[in-house]
Amino acid sequence: MLACATPTTIADRVRGLSDRAIAWLFITPTIALLLAINIFPLIWAVYLSFTNFRANRPNAEVESVGLRNYQRVLNDPDIWIAMQTTAHFVFWTILLQTVIGFALAYLIDRKFRGHAFWTTVILIPMMLSPAVVGNFWRFLYQPQIGLFNYIVSFFTGIPPSSFEMLGSVSLAPWAIIIVDTWMWTPYVMLICLAGLRSIPDYIYEAAEVDRASVWRQFWSITVPMALPFIMLAVLFRGIENFKMFDMVMLLTGGGPGSTTEVASITLKREAFESWLTGRSSAFAIILFVAVFGLANIYVKALNKVKQR
Amino acid sequence: MSSVNTTAHSVVEPTPTVKRIAGTIVILYALVTMVPLAWIFLTSIKSPPDSISYPPKIVFTPTLEGFCNLFTTRTRQTPDYIQSLPAPTGACDEITRGRNMVIAGPSNYWPRFGNSLVIAFGSTFLAVSLGTLAAYGFSRFRVPLADDLLFFILSTRMMPPIAVAIPIYLMYRQFGLSDTALGMILLYTAVNVSLAVWLLKGFIDEIPREYEEAAMIDGYTRLQAFWKVVLPQATTGIAATAIFCLIFAWNEYAFAVLLTSGAAQTAPPFIPTIIGEGGQDWPAVAAGTTIFLIPILVFTIILRKQLLRGITFGAVRK
Repeated sequence: MLACATPTTIADRVRGLSDRAIAWLFITPTIALLLAINIFPLIWAVYLSFTNFRANRPNAEVESVGLRNYQRVLNDPDIWIAMQTTAHFVFWTILLQTVIGFALAYLIDRKFRGHAFWTTVILIPMMLSPAVVGNFWRFLYQPQIGLFNYIVSFFTGIPPSSFEMLGSVSLAPWAIIIVDTWMWTPYVMLICLAGLRSIPDYIYEAAEVDRASVWRQFWSITVPMALPFIMLAVLFRGIENFKMFDMVMLLTGGGPGSTTEVASITLKREAFESWLTGRSSAFAIILFVAVFGLANIYVKALNKVKQR
Repeated sequence: MSSVNTTAHSVVEPTPTVKRIAGTIVILYALVTMVPLAWIFLTSIKSPPDSISYPPKIVFTPTLEGFCNLFTTRTRQTPDYIQSLPAPTGACDEITRGRNMVIAGPSNYWPRFGNSLVIAFGSTFLAVSLGTLAAYGFSRFRVPLADDLLFFILSTRMMPPIAVAIPIYLMYRQFGLSDTALGMILLYTAVNVSLAVWLLKGFIDEIPREYEEAAMIDGYTRLQAFWKVVLPQATTGIAATAIFCLIFAWNEYAFAVLLTSGAAQTAPPFIPTIIGEGGQDWPAVAAGTTIFLIPILVFTIILRKQLLRGITFGAVRK
């Protein structure tokens, strides 16, 4: 045993830390930060969701209310409407972004002259701040002076002041869907492009030898081989759009009425305007569990597609 | 590439006609998506009346009024009073007086822009540093429960920001971190570090372990090998990760609007609050937006290769 304590181990200790110590030294700060800024608040939110605490009355007595907050949230018709609105947004934005994004990726993959330059140009909207750009889109949507109504009337002849994108109950959701699609289609396009580039050339060459039509190649090779990537893009956009806040806040603030009030807006109103901290925490936890659960089910499906 | 060429192109190479059609559609799409951005820039150099005229003006006399209004606060005065003032001290002063107003002082735009710079770069630096260390740790050593820890790190991104904002708001109030740059830097670091660990682990996994082992045989310690061999190899990956963290922190709105009210407010919540007489002063808003977008635009164009790699890479890994 004593022989083990040779000068080499001492020398090692002088020369540097052991691998184990380095591993912990390197990983601990990140875990500590995440615990402090992500997990601790999350646990606190769980605790708050069982109380009647209100953040604007820090000195009032805090009472435990059991599951009453959860009961109230789940029985509140307004919250169910907000969830429906959110689902509606997620569905349409994903559908439009996937179709347009995939089509663009397919065309860019034809490698026409200057495709790299135009890809960069298309990427620009997704690099920008949704809030800052969303605020400017409010100007573009002005019925009397905005560019959007002018262009629509130029092409269709509908008088520009006859429709209000942000003020009309039926058009306001579409106003947001248009901006979100403008902004995030490039993201879906990029992931699809990665998928298309991952398909080896020899498969197409074989299909060509078999005289498969372009249409047939598209549906039997391109789409199935790129499917895991498309599903991944849908997952990322789905999680993001479930949380959608900044753009809606700046474009409509949830209005007119509550036609564009998505879950995050309801949450913000309950937490920071009505100051129902306990109740809004319960709603937040329900939302988190919903996203987490849906994402997990989806990832399982994705893995099945990948294994095929 | 197959060596057998039956036609002028390889078998899978699209024909020139196909390429031309594809190119035309993509370019049309690109031009349409650029219209709102071009309009922001044009509005920033219009006078307020020109900015709200109908039909929208494409030909107009450019003016710096929007930028002057962005950087200053003004008060309305009587023409007699303005007449009595000494000669204007600059172009902005002159434009302002032409509208029967006098510059009262600087606006809050530059301080807010400065906050954005400090918070975005500070949190990016921290997130990338911590992320690189953790990624190296996960990549090279057997960490107990590594998969669970990595999944936990990723899952912190699924929470809607507003949901965690309530307890963070309470916590920051307790520790005196609310409305401070440090508080925002820590928060954005925490949000970004999960992405940084995932992206960087992929990049570091690709660097052969043999490099460090060779260095260690040459007498380097593990830390020296990490510093002098692994880090230089990982530069591209670190750059790509840094751009993503920077873009997020630069653009973030939800936390910023809920947790800052003045001292540490960044530009995204500030720009929409720029108002003139009778509502939003659109040329000033457009000027503020233009200035705010330029750094990210320049970044995107210079670093597009790393960006493409980062996004597609993330897609391939996960």
